[in-house]
Amino acid sequence: MDNFELVNALVLISNFVLIPALSYGSQLALATLSLTIIYGVLRFSNFAQADWMSFGTMTTILFTWYLQSLGITGGFLPTALIALPFAIILTALFCLLIDRSVYSFYRKKKSQPIVLMIVSVGVMFILQAIVRFIIGPNDRKFFDGEKYIVHALDFKDYFGLSEGLTIKSTQLITLIVAIIAMVSLFYFLQRTKMGKSMRAYSNNEDLALLSGINPERVVLITWVIASALITTAGVLYGLDKSFKPFTYFNLLLPMFAAAIVGGIGSPIGAVIGGYVIAFSEITLTYAYKKFFIYLLPENLEPSGLMQVLSTDYKFAISFIILVIVLIVRPTGIVKGKII
Amino acid sequence: MTDNLRAPLAFAFMGILLAIVGFTQSWSVSLSIINLCLISSIMAIGVNLQWGYGGLFNAGVMGFTALGGLTAVLVSYDPVYEAWDKAGIGILISAIILILSITLVMFAYRNISSPQFRNTSIVLIIIAALIGINNFYGPSIDVIESINPAKTGFLGGLGLPIVFSWVIAAFVAGLVAWVIGRITLRLRSDYLAIATLGISEIVIAIVKHEDWLSRGVKNVSGLDRPVPYEIELQQSEWFINLVERINYATLNSVQTISSRQELLNDLIIVSSGVFVKLCYVGLFLSVLLLIFYLSHLALNSPWGRMLRAIRDNEVAASAMGKNIFAQHLQIFIIGSAIIGIAGAMLTTLDGQFTPGSYRPLRFTFIIWLMVIVGGSGNNLGSIFGGFFVWFIWIEAEPLSIGFMNLLASGFEYDNPIRMHLLGSAAHLRLFIMGLLLLLALRFMPRGVIPERIQKK
Repeated sequence: MDNFELVNALVLISNFVLIPALSYGSQLALATLSLTIIYGVLRFSNFAQADWMSFGTMTTILFTWYLQSLGITGGFLPTALIALPFAIILTALFCLLIDRSVYSFYRKKKSQPIVLMIVSVGVMFILQAIVRFIIGPNDRKFFDGEKYIVHALDFKDYFGLSEGLTIKSTQLITLIVAIIAMVSLFYFLQRTKMGKSMRAYSNNEDLALLSGINPERVVLITWVIASALITTAGVLYGLDKSFKPFTYFNLLLPMFAAAIVGGIGSPIGAVIGGYVIAFSEITLTYAYKKFFIYLLPENLEPSGLMQVLSTDYKFAISFIILVIVLIVRPTGIVKGKII
Repeated sequence: MTDNLRAPLAFAFMGILLAIVGFTQSWSVSLSIINLCLISSIMAIGVNLQWGYGGLFNAGVMGFTALGGLTAVLVSYDPVYEAWDKAGIGILISAIILILSITLVMFAYRNISSPQFRNTSIVLIIIAALIGINNFYGPSIDVIESINPAKTGFLGGLGLPIVFSWVIAAFVAGLVAWVIGRITLRLRSDYLAIATLGISEIVIAIVKHEDWLSRGVKNVSGLDRPVPYEIELQQSEWFINLVERINYATLNSVQTISSRQELLNDLIIVSSGVFVKLCYVGLFLSVLLLIFYLSHLALNSPWGRMLRAIRDNEVAASAMGKNIFAQHLQIFIIGSAIIGIAGAMLTTLDGQFTPGSYRPLRFTFIIWLMVIVGGSGNNLGSIFGGFFVWFIWIEAEPLSIGFMNLLASGFEYDNPIRMHLLGSAAHLRLFIMGLLLLLALRFMPRGVIPERIQKK
């Protein structure tokens, strides 16, 4: 009996903490990678990042609707995955348009990073307006296809446990897509000539220019890659939960926190930061009452919810971790850039 | 156009805009806009001190505004004695444990040299504090929130006049700014932006969800007012006489006594609203002028010159022996305190505290827009920015609805595109704001009323 209790407790934790945190962490890691690449190459904190994510997701939703109206679906996979490449291209083009019309002026003037940051606030407003104008401020679900890989009830029946384990297909898709995206990004950055020149440009602009790297090309590729990452992250998040511009806007703080916690400007740090923030958000707001009921003898069972922080304070967690990292190790977990 | 002429022209333009609203819509609307413009201007001065003079990017204006609003509630609302009797002790003990544990953690962090011992002791202190607080805090808030939840359900405040809260709000916001500044100001500049963005979200989360403190999303309404109520004015002798005297000519042109009385009643109702708003204008204007005057004095003193020197060249200033961190901290606290004052004034004007209404766009980024459009580094510019941007923010809505109607006029009445265009008119406001910011940064980076560079 005791063994069953232990298994039940583990299943409970994986169902409500580990698996959701893993998928949320992957989404956050992709988004943070995008933020950190913009930061590394273009040298500013992009406040428009979260709304850029809504923009990418919105274009994906529009393409999904279009494909569905043509009768094309992904079968057991969500149609949004087919729409994603088109949406990435459109989002990247739009970003390049914004870069040409807005950011490039300040880049040529060699404005301070903080000016570019304020400019990105303006872009944030405009993106927000465009997204709300086109698709509206409401909650939208655009998931289709098979919903579950493992269903709680089947799991319970099969193993004879009292706790069920649910694995949503979006969670597995998130993990697979995120791994593919990260591996190809790191391959690109470390092994290809373009990736190396991007890192060189990020490291020392003047030296990079001297060695014949074309800055405009680096900037262009940066926007394209960052768009691809942020759109993918947004679509995965939206498939997993739902798409709502305001919710997406609120992801800005976890993204920033993840970037700083991991070490701003460092891609590997962004990935670590994303998972750290996601895991802490979920582990600290989960109510462990049931978990302890399984594990502890009856007379020790907790009466309260056994929750460190109420879910209302999800934002607070990313911030508290941010503050702790700033105090203890301002460079982040992986030593990032210090400008 | 010389720089000397810019300010008067800008303000004259603003005056004309407000007068147009007064004549075409109504003076009551115009005065409401002016009141919010005044409060916005104070916030913009606060941000301008931080950005324009200190070079600090504070992305948490909303949080300091909300702190001000919370202070207004906590100072002015009558205490709920029942809640204090039953659960006040529990809350006080939790607060004491919290303060004690923070002090202990700080002490351990500073004074224990062995890292292992230090970290374990910090973790132990935190766990002990969490257990202790959980024992007192949870039950007490349940008790507090169960006392007459429809009307109070929170601890209430001190029951002081609300104007006091304006001063106290400055201290509360300043204290929070001190904590944030201590942590982030030593680091890179954009850390401050991100940390303030975070703290403002946390402040909002606290006022939204800690019902025992602020009633949360149930809102606190019926705050007392520093100005008379309309209904009292309408019944008081002197006010009726005043209205009669002002409108002497119009009243006399009416023939019958009954219709004259009717007209007088209408006039009294309209004028009482205008009078109350005028009282607010007077109050807010005096606060604005006081803050403007004080900051003008401060910024033209050696202290102000030092600040600008630090902003323009940190390395050189530090070589001259100026403590950059301390000066940044100082200006950050002062700016945040001013924003706190404005927050308390805003809640006073609304007469209610609605945590749900605090949105970062409305309370952080719009204020930034004011500073940048008005002219960073010039308080007069910030005041103009406060007026101008707030005016646009308010008038953007009717304008975008009009624009959308124009766009949609080609379609039939129930055409889905037309419905969509009209339904999305509200979002055009965001677009206008973003465009205004980008245009200002591109073509007028120094703002409408630029900083004056004094040459000796």
